[in-house]
Amino acid sequence: MWFFASPQIIYGEGSLSYLERLQGTRACIVTDAVLLKLGLVEKVKAALAPTGMALDVIADVEPEPSLETVRRGAARLLDLCPQWIIALGGGSVIDAAKAMWVLYERPDLQPDAINPVEALGLRQKARLVAIPTTTGTGSEATWAIVLTDTAEHRKLGLGSRENLPDLAILDPELVLDLPARLTADTGLDALTHAVEGYTSALHNDFCDGLCLQAARLLFEWLPQAVADGSNLEARIHTQNAAAMAGLGFGNGMAALAHGMGHALGGALHVPHGRAVSLFLPYTIEYCAGEPGTRYADLAAFLGLPAASEAQAAAALAEAIRNLERRLGQPLTLPECGITRAAFEAALDALVWNAQGDSQTVMSTRLPDDADLRRLFWLAWEGENAPSPLPPSQGKGE
Amino acid sequence: MALPFPTDVWVKALMEDLNASQAYADAAKNWEGDFFFIIEPAGTMTTPVTLYMDLYHGKCREAFAVAEEDHLDPVFRLKGPAPTWKKVMTKKLDPMQALMTGQLKLTGNMAMVMRNVRAAKELVESCTRVPTDYPV
Repeated sequence: MWFFASPQIIYGEGSLSYLERLQGTRACIVTDAVLLKLGLVEKVKAALAPTGMALDVIADVEPEPSLETVRRGAARLLDLCPQWIIALGGGSVIDAAKAMWVLYERPDLQPDAINPVEALGLRQKARLVAIPTTTGTGSEATWAIVLTDTAEHRKLGLGSRENLPDLAILDPELVLDLPARLTADTGLDALTHAVEGYTSALHNDFCDGLCLQAARLLFEWLPQAVADGSNLEARIHTQNAAAMAGLGFGNGMAALAHGMGHALGGALHVPHGRAVSLFLPYTIEYCAGEPGTRYADLAAFLGLPAASEAQAAAALAEAIRNLERRLGQPLTLPECGITRAAFEAALDALVWNAQGDSQTVMSTRLPDDADLRRLFWLAWEGENAPSPLPPSQGKGE
Repeated sequence: MALPFPTDVWVKALMEDLNASQAYADAAKNWEGDFFFIIEPAGTMTTPVTLYMDLYHGKCREAFAVAEEDHLDPVFRLKGPAPTWKKVMTKKLDPMQALMTGQLKLTGNMAMVMRNVRAAKELVESCTRVPTDYPV
């Protein structure tokens, strides 16, 4: 038994106007200070104006939102009592809004206890609309919530199927001004979702097609969206691909690149998409050769050499590195601006947090602590991960 | 020789395997919390069986079949029918998938669980290493 869950998705030019169909008396927009300043909140307010609803704004969600931000936001929602929560922003905002919504409905819960096992009983007070302003996290189409425990410098993979948004509105006008670096970071996050969604231990028939097509769209259109943000066609395709990849990995799972990326983001504050996509080729090489990988299918669909799993994994990893080079993305940890001293100081925590991440266990090959330590070192050195990973040569151990 | 599941001798064998597992010791080094594993009857079983394990910082301190459940109040309870346990322990069903679809029901400190997913995975790995005779 398994599930496929999706919000109702409204996409394409003018889709923001769908908001005028919402019914209720009060809505709260959850967003961040930058989007407030850029005027995007005003656009959403204008779209909601015909509803006559009273509108409130919570605009203090930070990148990589903390447990405390969620607690604070939920307290505001309890004061405001909205019937709609409108999450306007990137993955950080949407994830935070999901968690605020859960705590608004269930004040007895702590945010780090939001889990996929227990029934939450949501939608007694409000429903959630997600409006992405980036093109990558796919958070608008998933129930996943990533929050940061600032005390432990650790990201937590949380969520319940119940906190899936009710509506996802993909309006390309909202991403036309997304800066090139953010377009690349978030687009590569979507590519990581597509690849890991297709190859995780919980891949399934319903997600396969979404992941394959999302990967193909991103290889084709992401460079164009980064090169020319005003290219509407490129924006539409990358925006759609991000949501499709979100559905793909959200109804399967992500895997090791996400486990390592979450650890890196929590300890050394590398943006999520940059972190997970940096590790993706290393983890593909690491998993290659294990039973159950499906790199040949994926590589063949992308037009890459795929005579064997090993050849396909190598070709896929190289294609991803080439795309990252083309987009000016870091391929190593030093290229992320991390000093060796900071890396070495954080390494134990990186290994521990990657090991405990809820996505790592979905990898087709489960690394032990020594493997993880060496994968982090390979990403430091920029060396391709040999498969199978040979015995330790003492590097960093 | 295969050990009958779910019995006192089986859970003690699991304890022995867990305490020999470096992977479990690594994954569960922050774990604190004892468990009831409640196996609902099927096949040759006629009544529910409860197994107790005291899991603490990567080791199992105590394990036994519970004779009188009410005398203990563990932090976690994991419950499901015997066929589902068999599917999980023979790797025919992913443990997270079993939990997320309600085929196994877990109660307890979920924040602790969400921070220690790998420990649960290693616990299942350990189960697969115990030669087992299932009642179904």
